[in-house]
Amino acid sequence: MFIAKITVTLRKSILDPQGKAVLHGAHSLGYAAVNDIRIGKFIEMKIDAPTEAEARRVTEEICQKLLANPVMEDYRYTMELSI
Amino acid sequence: MNSEIKFGIVVFPGSNCDHDAYHVAKHIMGQDARFIWHKEGSVGDVDVVVLPGGFSYGDYLRCGAIARFSPVMKDVVRFAHEGGTVIGICNGFQVLCEAGLLPGVLLRNKSLKFECRVVRLRVENALTRFTQKYTRGNVISIPIAHGDGNYFAEPDVIHQLLDHQRIVFRYCDANGEITPESNPNGSILNIAGIINERGNVLGMMPHPERASEELLGMNDGRKVFESIIESVMNQCSTIAERVG
Repeated sequence: MFIAKITVTLRKSILDPQGKAVLHGAHSLGYAAVNDIRIGKFIEMKIDAPTEAEARRVTEEICQKLLANPVMEDYRYTMELSI
Repeated sequence: MNSEIKFGIVVFPGSNCDHDAYHVAKHIMGQDARFIWHKEGSVGDVDVVVLPGGFSYGDYLRCGAIARFSPVMKDVVRFAHEGGTVIGICNGFQVLCEAGLLPGVLLRNKSLKFECRVVRLRVENALTRFTQKYTRGNVISIPIAHGDGNYFAEPDVIHQLLDHQRIVFRYCDANGEITPESNPNGSILNIAGIINERGNVLGMMPHPERASEELLGMNDGRKVFESIIESVMNQCSTIAERVG
């Protein structure tokens, strides 16, 4: 069994108003050093697959078809072996 | 010849403007209307498919992202590819974008707020089957109610939309001017509604079905339904003439 840990974020070219609002909050708290905040989604997916390559293939497909919308989002993931 | 056309209104779990669309089609416009549960494998023999507003699947993951995989959507895509008339309103617009029937995507409103109010739209293209009862440049009042209506697409897509008059409605002020102040959600070019290349699929964030009877305060949206009915009837009579 494998666990894919997937991060979906808005593409860099797209304004993230939620991130901007949270950045404003951080500044209000006095953290002037923080100069950008982007908000995304974290998804954990368990996959029954014989090999890591197969688990990656499945993850890649699901990311493209469902978990991320390529018009506005990028995704990346790490793969771990689960016991 | 049958004088009624058939509206099929798709019902997803979480749709909440399905009854409004049904009411307008059936009781205001006097047409045949039926609900199509999202588990159905076919849209049946309808003339028009309506993807209504609401929060299909609770807007989980992204607005419209899960609804797109509902069984009925395969047949909606087939219906659209064969030239059938499809209108997606609000959440329905989001579903059409997710399903790839319309380009682009609807992002979170720039204000981060759910915007629920009456806005003004300028009719940019009155030569579509959804707007032929309007005149280009008409300024109409129609309500919006959405949190994710901020239309976005890559510049090449926007150019295609512009070049082929595929932007059908834009948010404007009382004088019909397209201004940043009249843009309720941050959409590129104040876009409120677009059609596909073939002209048979319309997506729009504002709710014409909530503005189709005087009793409810406004009826500027009624012509969307009148246009659809007229165009479908014309198609039917053209086919009848050819067959006859």
